[in-house]
Amino acid sequence: MHVCGSHEWTITHFGIRTLLPSNVEVRAGPGCPVCVTPAADIDSVTDLSLHGKTILTYGDMSKAKGSELSLFEAKARGGDVQVVYSVHDAVEIAQANPQREFVFFAVGFETTAPPTAYEILKGPPRNLTFLVSYRYVPPAVGAVATSPDLQVDGFINAGHAATITGMKAYEPYFMKTPKPMVFAGFEPIDILISITMLLKQIAAHDPKMENEYTRAVTWEGNIRAQEAMDKVFERVDGYWRGVATIPESGFRIRKEFTSSDARLKYGLKETPGDEQFIPQARCGDVILGKIDPPECPLYMKTCTPASPKGPTMVSMEGTCKIWADHKVLAAMRCRT
Amino acid sequence: MCLAYPGKVIAIEGDFAKVDFGEGTIRDGVNVSLVQPQNGDYVLVHAGYAIQIVNQSAALKTLRYWREILAALPADRASYEREVRGGLT
Repeated sequence: MHVCGSHEWTITHFGIRTLLPSNVEVRAGPGCPVCVTPAADIDSVTDLSLHGKTILTYGDMSKAKGSELSLFEAKARGGDVQVVYSVHDAVEIAQANPQREFVFFAVGFETTAPPTAYEILKGPPRNLTFLVSYRYVPPAVGAVATSPDLQVDGFINAGHAATITGMKAYEPYFMKTPKPMVFAGFEPIDILISITMLLKQIAAHDPKMENEYTRAVTWEGNIRAQEAMDKVFERVDGYWRGVATIPESGFRIRKEFTSSDARLKYGLKETPGDEQFIPQARCGDVILGKIDPPECPLYMKTCTPASPKGPTMVSMEGTCKIWADHKVLAAMRCRT
Repeated sequence: MCLAYPGKVIAIEGDFAKVDFGEGTIRDGVNVSLVQPQNGDYVLVHAGYAIQIVNQSAALKTLRYWREILAALPADRASYEREVRGGLT
């Protein structure tokens, strides 16, 4: 199993599964941050956008629906929503418009959290606050490793997230449940080599934490980025939409930076932690990697990229969207 | 959320760098405060920020390794199917 939408993209785009022997299956685990962002948080920002605040968001995130609307739809109804490429753009826009109130929708994994921490440390403009909904991947890998439903034999670990945390962040989970782990890059040949390394560990009954992505991943990771995150955020339980609440996998802005916290400024609701998708949709099972998209009754029937019914079909890192864009219509399970 | 692209730092001014991603794509204003590279370093850029410096010697070693693997593959599709895939079901 891998836990990264970008890995799923490489694997599907280059037809990696068609090259594998029939007794090897690569599953897409919970690696799409837009997909796992709670509907309650999306509802908070759509609501704010319709009540005079300007929401600054990544493009992908703007298309995911909360319990009713997406930010994109809120904008169509007169909500104030602006797409930005980076948190730095958000700071510049807020600085240039001191008379308006802005909220940056801070969504992503630990690859995306450090720049936001850095901007908060620098002292952002007073009219900009942050709705932090980041998720932290190592505990999710730990949760998947112990899941009896999934029975994963090895992990292709997210290479770019690991450039930030270092391999060391996965050690506690590896020690608790030793399963083969290879930290992989994003070229197709990186994936093939990583799968080979995993198969060697499995065949030798010798689980290890190995690094295929040596040009970018180290044991220690990016210390500067880690320090920025530690200073600004504390880790709390995180609800992964439609999946589960995973301990220590969410981020909250620390008390010292209260003035940057949109949750406090606007008294936003916390998520109840048991969100549903539309009837019959199996987004949660796809996100976790329990099923392949074609095993959802809506896939490519009522739910298509042009008419998405859930976040996995909206986000460019969602398994359903990736498979649909590449016209993959059959599940890719082990045949032996 | 692992979309990051490697590019070469060609100019640095304070916290920001000009990064060349190849094939004519050059981006100004990449924030490098999280990595502190030097001119000529390759960095991985994610959403406007450099998140890591690419280790050049590891990259060159990897590229050499890949070239060996690719050179060892059969030259045509039919031979590939026979010699490589033939052993797999």
